Amino acid sequence: MDTDDDFMSNVSSEEDMLPDDSDNDMSGDDDFDFDDEPDPDIDIQKDIGQQKRAAYDVPFTVHQPQDIQRQQDDLINEVNMILNISKEEAAILLRHFRWNKERLIEDYMDRPSQVLDAAGLSEKISGPPKLQVIPGFCCDICCEEEDGLESFALKCGHRYCVDCYRHYLAQKIREEGEAARIQCPSDGCNIIIDAKSLDLLVTAELTERYHKLLNRTFVEDKDTLKWCPAPDCQNAVECNIKKKDLNRIVPTVSCLCSHRFCFGCILNDHQPAPCDLVKKWLKKCADDSETANWISANTKECPKCGSTIEKNGGCNHMTCRKCKHEFCWMCMGLWSEHGTSWYSCNRFEEKSGTEARDAQAKSRVSLERYLHYYNRYANHEQSARLDKDLFHKTEKKMVQLQKESGMSWIEVQYLSSASKALQTCRQTLMWTYAFAFYLARNNLTEIFEDNQKDLELAVESLSEMFEKPVQDLADQKLKVDIMDKTSYCNKRRIILLDDTAQNLADGKWTFNVEFSTPSAGPSGSGARK
Amino acid sequence: MASQKRIAKELTDVTSNPPAGMTISLPDDSDIHKWHVTMDGPSETPYAGGHFGLIVRLPAEYPFKGPEITFATRIYHPNVTNDSEGSICLGPLKPGNWKPVTRLKSILEAIRQLLIEPQPDDPLEPRIADQYKNDRRDFEKTARSYVAQYAKGAVKFSDATGTEETTTKRSEPEQPRRMMGQE
Repeated sequence: MDTDDDFMSNVSSEEDMLPDDSDNDMSGDDDFDFDDEPDPDIDIQKDIGQQKRAAYDVPFTVHQPQDIQRQQDDLINEVNMILNISKEEAAILLRHFRWNKERLIEDYMDRPSQVLDAAGLSEKISGPPKLQVIPGFCCDICCEEEDGLESFALKCGHRYCVDCYRHYLAQKIREEGEAARIQCPSDGCNIIIDAKSLDLLVTAELTERYHKLLNRTFVEDKDTLKWCPAPDCQNAVECNIKKKDLNRIVPTVSCLCSHRFCFGCILNDHQPAPCDLVKKWLKKCADDSETANWISANTKECPKCGSTIEKNGGCNHMTCRKCKHEFCWMCMGLWSEHGTSWYSCNRFEEKSGTEARDAQAKSRVSLERYLHYYNRYANHEQSARLDKDLFHKTEKKMVQLQKESGMSWIEVQYLSSASKALQTCRQTLMWTYAFAFYLARNNLTEIFEDNQKDLELAVESLSEMFEKPVQDLADQKLKVDIMDKTSYCNKRRIILLDDTAQNLADGKWTFNVEFSTPSAGPSGSGARK
Repeated sequence: MASQKRIAKELTDVTSNPPAGMTISLPDDSDIHKWHVTMDGPSETPYAGGHFGLIVRLPAEYPFKGPEITFATRIYHPNVTNDSEGSICLGPLKPGNWKPVTRLKSILEAIRQLLIEPQPDDPLEPRIADQYKNDRRDFEKTARSYVAQYAKGAVKFSDATGTEETTTKRSEPEQPRRMMGQE
């Protein structure tokens, strides 16, 4: 095994990251949820994926706030130069075209006045925006008409007093969160206010919010950009995976804040299960899991009509409320065959009873099957949570270990790597169960289950080692074992993901549910706004 | 408050020259933020002969925030909730669409127009809208029976606004809670 080399590279890359982390002013105590979202595949990818990109990997770029700003500025400058219109107008046009520069230029060349009109711009030429005092002016909003009243109008010429304009803009920006499409206050006028006019009218604080909102629309308007959903993270991720590809690939991306999420649905990383199955599964769990558990534990079905019955007391002589079928609760056989052995069922051999029990068993199979997968899914979910708690303790352990054994900081990093590996692998395992629930059985499923089993065994044994008391951890042998196991877990996870993703991309899996391409319609994507 | 002057002006305007078939009054003379409007059902509609009460509430931020207008009288209409709330679905009243220049008079006229010409494609009561589109006679019959039951005689403004007394001094703007989800 090549652990040593790998580990050194892993450690050093982490070392490189350290100053970065401390620069990041979001490293409060509770941020570990995201900070420690592991990325254990880095070193392994070197082994497997160096020549070719792993099948489960998608290309993506993370953009920080200043990049987002710069991208907008670049586009605006370009349009500004090509079309010879002001930057403010270029910005409004680009927003109108959802930042599709090519289409904007093409349309504008074809029919400039319609395009300007639709985007809320006027063809009129006018100087820079300015406040004016016009004699005899009466503001149509507040009905104020005193002398010396300062007023403002956009190119459309609808003039209102400065106070009203400010009020209006504050209401739009602060209360309604609007920025890109603030229109002239006049009835039926669709001229959009530009950034320059806005700067002239409102306070710096409001301007800042305005620009923040504009930035937000830039990301939201582009299908290839999505905000990182981690709390307080201001980055956006760019990825070219289209909605229609989502049944072929699970596009997990990883933000600079180290939060890993699915670009398709913004949920936490759910490889290897595709978005659509994840959605189905989560819905099923929300609807069914508790109910199903309870039904399984407390009820039986009427052998004749299949109604679910809860026995709420009394003797074993059951009469189905629905179909009036009479049967024995114990053996499920016909009550009429019970003869004289009323109220004490000891017969197990009669035909009617056996058949009824068979039917019963069959109807329970689907329920049991679901619970099988659900329980394992839920178990990994819970364990991952516990492992996360454990990570905090690990930090302490690492410090303690340094003191007790005289190891250096770098020498105890293996614990941090192990903890990260545990969490990522559990996250993956969790979703393998949701995935498996929807798989139809065939040869591929068996390979999948073997992979799943290997990973699960490895994870459990790493988890066990990881929980050993500090004095044991100081033991060199255990340290090597943990490092080996960590590396092995990571490797098994890569193999599982790679295999699953490859088959998904090739369309080789057969599912036991309608597996829809989230094509048209709003259902495919996560929440907008 | 800048809005006082504007409201006062609108009020004078609308009382001296009221929109067709409407009378406007203030339930409380000291509070110009709440108007009572009585609207006669337009002739040639199933609402003819009925007298409908409308309550207009102007938020403190008026005219930067739109008014909230509800029917105080029950009415059977695709764009008005079929309950004691009487919420109205009207384009210009939706938060994103409101323009501060818009006058109440034109809004009231738009509501009257809505009685003449319901908008079943933008319904608040989908069932009534369906009926309006597919079974006009039944729709008109029910609408008329509502008029007979609720909209005859003097208009009562009390029942829909149980909190009338407490709302005279409204420092907090009332959120248009009933319009939620109808964007």
